This record gives sequence, C-alpha cells and structure tokens, in this order.
Amino acid sequence: MLSPLDTAHRVATPEGVELNLRVAGPVPRALAWLIDFGWRLAALLVLAFATSVMGEVGTAVFLLTWFALEWLVPAVFESRTRGATPGKRALGLMVVRDDGAPCTLGPALTRNLLRFADFLPLFYFGGLVAMLSNRQFKRLGDFVAGTLVVYADPATVARHIPPLEPKRPPISLKPDEARTVLDFAERAAALGPARATELALIATPLLRDHDPPTQQLTQYANYLVGHASD
Amino acid sequence: MRQIEFERRFGDQWTTLENWIEAHGGNKQIKDRPPASVIPWLYRNVCHQLALARERRYSPLLVDRLHQLVLRGHHVLYAAPAPGRDGFRAFLMGGFAREVRTQWRVVALASILFFGPLLTLFAAIQVWPDFASVVIGPQDLAEMQEMYSPDNERLGQRPASTNTEMFAYYVWNNTRIGFQTFAGGILYGIGTLFFLLFNGIYIGAILGHLHQVGLGPQIWSFVASHSALELLAIAISGAAGFKLAGALISPGLRSRKLALVEEGRIAFRLIGGAALMFFAAAIVEGFFSPLIIDPRQIKYGVGIAMWVILLAYFGFAGRARGA
Repeated sequence: MLSPLDTAHRVATPEGVELNLRVAGPVPRALAWLIDFGWRLAALLVLAFATSVMGEVGTAVFLLTWFALEWLVPAVFESRTRGATPGKRALGLMVVRDDGAPCTLGPALTRNLLRFADFLPLFYFGGLVAMLSNRQFKRLGDFVAGTLVVYADPATVARHIPPLEPKRPPISLKPDEARTVLDFAERAAALGPARATELALIATPLLRDHDPPTQQLTQYANYLVGHASD
Repeated sequence: MRQIEFERRFGDQWTTLENWIEAHGGNKQIKDRPPASVIPWLYRNVCHQLALARERRYSPLLVDRLHQLVLRGHHVLYAAPAPGRDGFRAFLMGGFAREVRTQWRVVALASILFFGPLLTLFAAIQVWPDFASVVIGPQDLAEMQEMYSPDNERLGQRPASTNTEMFAYYVWNNTRIGFQTFAGGILYGIGTLFFLLFNGIYIGAILGHLHQVGLGPQIWSFVASHSALELLAIAISGAAGFKLAGALISPGLRSRKLALVEEGRIAFRLIGGAALMFFAAAIVEGFFSPLIIDPRQIKYGVGIAMWVILLAYFGFAGRARGA
C-alpha cells in the first residue's frame, strides 16, 4: 500500500491499528507560509492606516497587534480544531503531534517561537535545510515541539466500481493481485479510456474474450467484491 | 467474507460514527446523533474493521474510507483537554519558580553570561570613560544622554513619546529579544550565547556611560523599578535556550530527537514565564518608571523591593506542596 518513496509517517494507536499520516514537504509549506505572510502583512497595513489617525494610542495598538500576529496568533490557529493557520488550511495541511494527536497550545507556541531559528541565516534557509535532512520534513521548531505538518482529510472522491455483470476471473488471483484489479476498476473512470485500456492490457493472462479490456477487468472486480456470478 | 457483505454488515456503524464526528466538529445539519457513551465502543469496532479490511485486501477505496474514519476518530477521542485556568494559576503561584529552581544550572550559566559582561562593562567605563564609544556609536550615546536629560518631564523617553506608546514598544521589542535568545539555543547554544553577551555588554555600556557623565540620578530612578523583572527575564530566556542546547550537546541516554522534545517542554515553561515577566516589566517601564518622583529614594526603594520580592519568589514559591 505504501512504498518506501511515500512520505508517510506511521503511528500505532492503542487500538492496535496503524495510522498513515501523509507528511507535507517544503513546497506546500512554503506556499502556506506565503499566504499567511500575505494576510498578516495586509492586516498590518490596513491597521497602520487605521491607527495613523489615532495618534500615540494608535501606535501602541499597532505595535501590540504586530507582536501578537507574529508570535501568538499562528499558534492559536494551530491549536484549534482544524490545527492550521489560514495558509495551511488553504493548502489542506494541518499540524499534529508526533503521535498523530491534535496539536495543543504548548507545542504550537514552541514551534512558532522557534521560527526565528528556522529563519536564520536568511529567509528560512536553516529551516529548509533541516526539513530536507529528515524523513518527516521537520523544521527545527517541529523537532523541539514534537510536531508534524501533514495533509488533513484528503477530499473524499466519490468513486465506485461501475456495476457490470460479475464474472469470475479465469485463474485464481492472489490477494494482492485481486486488490490491484479492484484498485484499477475504481480508478478506471478517472483515467480516460485510452490510458485505461493501456493499463488493462498489462493484465494479459486475465483477458480472455473480445470484450474491451477495461470492461473485462471491471466485471472481475464486481465478482471479487462479492456480487454473485451467474 | 466478501467485501459487499462486509460493507452491508458494518456500514451502519461507519455512518453512525461519521455522523457523530461531523456533529462534534460543529456540523448543525446532522440531527441523528448517537449518545457519546457508545462512541469509544463504536470507534474500537471501526478500528478492528479497518485491520480486517487491510488484511483481507478489500478494495483501496474501502480501506481509505475506514482509515480516514479512524484518523478523524483518533483526533476527536485523543484531543488533549484545553489547559484550564487552574493550571495557569498553579504555574504562576509556584510552578514557574519551581522550574527555575530545578533548572538552576542553566539559570546560573545564563546569569553569569549576561550579568558578567554587564557589570564588567559598567566598571570598565567608570575607569576608562572613552571605552563607551568603542562599544556604542557616539551618536547613539548622545541620543541616550538626551533621553535622560535632567530637563525632561519624563525619564527615559524622547519628549515626543507617550507612556502607552512606549509600553507597546517595550512589549514588542523586549519580549522579542527574549524569544530570540531562547530560539538561538537550538543552534547548539550559539544564538543564546550571542544574545546574552550582546545585551549584557550593551546595557552595561549604556548604564556605565550615563552614570559616568553624571546622569546617575536620572538613569537609576528610571531603571530601578523594572530592572529586576526585565533583567531576570533575559537571564531566564537564556536558560531556556541553553536547555535546548543541552539536549543537543549532551542528550544522555536518549536520542537527540527525544531529548529535544523532553527538554523543549521544560524550556517552554521557562520562556513562557519569562514572557510574562517581560510583559509585566513593560507595564512598569512604560507607566511607572518614567515618572519623576521626589525624593528619588522612593523609586530606589521600589526597585529594591522588586528585587527582593522576585528573588524571594524564585527562592521559596511553590515549595509547600511536597517540592
């Protein structure tokens, strides 16, 4: 299911099942940062205009907001239900603890304070080097806080095996082979007919009659999930 | 069991759990919500079914759906409760002081590296006054002198500034210095070392210079009240940074990764406490320190009282409960 190339982080739960967290790499995280930086900058600019007419109290409000936006607000976002700043949310990312549990305020603040060290020597170069040197793409702040940035719920794609008349495969299939046929049948519709046929033709030993290959494999899949064959 | 039968038999449980999680996450449209008491049982069932589905090589889509369900359930069921107000109060009333006492080695190290240069520079400038301009540019020195001129209505501020504005500036600037001192610890302590030495030298040189040119009464009556909070906060930030450095330099029998997380938790408590001290210092420095009070000795008294109170806090607070 998971190949060594996948950026997956496995967590064993007390219930005895393994959770696979998909760790996010530097590019989506940089984009998320850019979005966050953008809205914070915009908020500060608007505030600067708004407070410029308020005199010295305005300056105070501006400085305090700046302080909060830089050090506190991202951490508050990351410790809420969705575990993500607006930028991370836009890219479908969230922060979780190493054991897959949701991030709490302590770790969220820790990783946020450590951003200063990740920024060094210039423009998050340190953080990038740190991320590229470990399998979980942790920046320095993630190491100290014990957190991971992972993909949140992948959008559930409404896919199913197209219902066709079930047909028993001509040879008996091993579990992994059967699984591959199921996987193909579920995805065939999304592939485009030519590509689907090309892939289906790989399963030569299964293809017996003159029906289109995609159709044959789909029929086998219907059989494999348990529709009675006639 | 074939996949279809499996889905038929357990599908209802999955929908029920899905609905409950949705409703728990704030989805108002879901009316049919099972009692919370059955959720752990339901969740364990789904975990079991996920394991079965994987083992039996059911279709990837089904396995993904179950995995997703378990993942979301895990997030809901294992979410740590929000830290209560009680925890925060316990931290203020003694937990913080206890942490500082327990970590006295790093606190002592950071204090020596900060107060050492501060006092050295101060003393050196009393003997060789010109030394101040080696450390700090003559222009900055002149500006400082102006801020503490005896003609000013308020101490330590440019005439155009106000208390509120300066308070916000102190929060923004001083707390940030504390955070940087802490974060620099992850670079094997080099960042922490730099910020401690730099600030020690800088503060020592300015105090030394202003005292030496005869602005002693102004500078001391400004600095006295907030000095304990602010200077100790810098030292504790440094201690927090050295906790991180310690995890990297000598992790003991743990992996460096584990040591960082464990020491990081302690470091966070230290820097959290220091941040509160910076905030308190900013209030004092913004609103009380600039006042000119006659006689000056009142402010010196406040300053000394603050040192005594804070040192007593770090020495004795939180000892009662079986520390």
